[in-house]
Amino acid sequence: MERVQQISVFAENKPGKIEKITAILTEERINIRAITIASGNRYGVIKLLVNEPMRAFEALKKKGLSVALNPVLAVEMEDSPGGLHKVACLIKEHKINVEDACGFVIESGKRAVLLMETKQIEKAEKALLSEGIRLLSEKDLYEL
Amino acid sequence: MSSNNKIEYIAREELESLQFRRLKDTLERVYKSSPFYRKMFKENGLNPSKFKSLKDLSLIPFTTRQDLRDNFPYGLLSVPLEKVIRLHTSTGTTGKPKAVLFTQKDIDQASELIARSMRMTGAKRDDVFQNMMSYGLFTGGLIFHYGAEKLGLLVIPAGAGNTERQIQLMRDFKTTVIHITPSYALYLADVMEDMGLDPKHDLSLRIAYLGAEPYSEETRVKIQDIFGVDAYNSYGLSEMNGPGVAFECREKEGMHLWEDNFIMEIIDPSTGKVLEDGEEGELVLTSINREAMPILRYRTGDLTYIYPERCRCGRTHRRIARLKGRVDDMFIVRGVNVFPSEIERVLMSLPEVGRNYQIVLEREKNLDKLRVRVEVKGDLFNGSLEHLRKLEDRIRTRLRSELMLTPQVELVEAGSLPRTTGKAKRVIDKRKI
Repeated sequence: MERVQQISVFAENKPGKIEKITAILTEERINIRAITIASGNRYGVIKLLVNEPMRAFEALKKKGLSVALNPVLAVEMEDSPGGLHKVACLIKEHKINVEDACGFVIESGKRAVLLMETKQIEKAEKALLSEGIRLLSEKDLYEL
Repeated sequence: MSSNNKIEYIAREELESLQFRRLKDTLERVYKSSPFYRKMFKENGLNPSKFKSLKDLSLIPFTTRQDLRDNFPYGLLSVPLEKVIRLHTSTGTTGKPKAVLFTQKDIDQASELIARSMRMTGAKRDDVFQNMMSYGLFTGGLIFHYGAEKLGLLVIPAGAGNTERQIQLMRDFKTTVIHITPSYALYLADVMEDMGLDPKHDLSLRIAYLGAEPYSEETRVKIQDIFGVDAYNSYGLSEMNGPGVAFECREKEGMHLWEDNFIMEIIDPSTGKVLEDGEEGELVLTSINREAMPILRYRTGDLTYIYPERCRCGRTHRRIARLKGRVDDMFIVRGVNVFPSEIERVLMSLPEVGRNYQIVLEREKNLDKLRVRVEVKGDLFNGSLEHLRKLEDRIRTRLRSELMLTPQVELVEAGSLPRTTGKAKRVIDKRKI
């Protein structure tokens, strides 16, 4: 099974919160692939994709942060018009509900990736693989 | 039961006649020697020789904390100064402290009650006892120390604070029994966790005496769970010897108030009317086995009730319930009476909530606002914003049904609220009234 571990950090909505996280990761020489922030009113969740998720998790936890490690699917798409649509259609057909997602380009004009969080991860995995979609592993992502 | 704990199982009738003899003796002594009580008796036309039964106690006016302050330092002293060997003062008040004086016999008696209480909960001579209460003017440190020595335990007088040394001592000497404030116990657990230690496996604790600040049953359960101990609740106040006025037995259901040393009453705090057993009100205590400074009908400010039924353990001394709070801890928000202990009970029953919280009272456009700041516990955070929103909702709903008031709930990062090593300050009142 190809799953990618994503780091989530609980943070109050105050200046300096991202810096606190990046300082720890810099110190540990961990590389960040992607970051998104889901913000509530007074607090939010900062999500990170890094090259060494387990080590990042331990380092952040050791510094007293509330941090979680969750599996997400890294769905490969074509970087061309309709690329995301193709994946979205399959997700719809298989009735998969997406909790959170973000995307980025891997190779301009060629490949992009959709990071997808869902409570039905096994079902989504099977469905996408059966449709011939490639799911990237952690190794794939960091050896780009 | 062994011969030295006979007094704990004394027949009620016998206990009451002992109480009356000691009360009568106390009244005669204070009338003769305490300037404050002599004046009080004369002004109210009272004479100790006229007291015929325990019921007559209600003829005596209450003694208040203000009386102790007004007659500071020696107004309530009932023995010549040459017989006094110790001064303690009470904690937690602003301005002038209350002075509490002891003769040698008073110290011995106070220690005896602690020894009795510790033995009741199963402490033995081969236990190692680490006392993490502050020594000095506060009675909780020294009196407990003497009590533990009297029972014959190995006593480590660690005092309060210096957390890493506390942990080192517990590990080096395989401490089995501790005396600690509940907030410090939780703090200690946090520090151990940060050091990569597990309080349950890396320590040898089996008993924890929790005291000096109000806390909820849920906090007790949490502490028992974290340390793998039996945690016992106790009650005391400097004005009445200090710790060990009342203590839980192994049933952990209410605290036996040592009625051979104190007479207890529960009153309605607004009218002063004496209430029945089972009714909640303010605890009023009379010390009947004290030399230097007996106090009659002292309004403790603590809210509780007396269990009407006999304890399963068979001891005859009646039990008081876990304190609901002090009359003056209570705050009023939009006309609703709120006790911090009620808020704590709700928070500690939720697994995602950390060990620390803060209650903030504010006034905006003449409207009171209650804000509860709660730390999110690291290992139960699952990474989703939705989960946090639901948690916030759940806390708000639970508090609303408990308090009849909708608080604002604010989730904050673990470790971001201030921690204290002594009595925790949980309520911050920013209202300008």
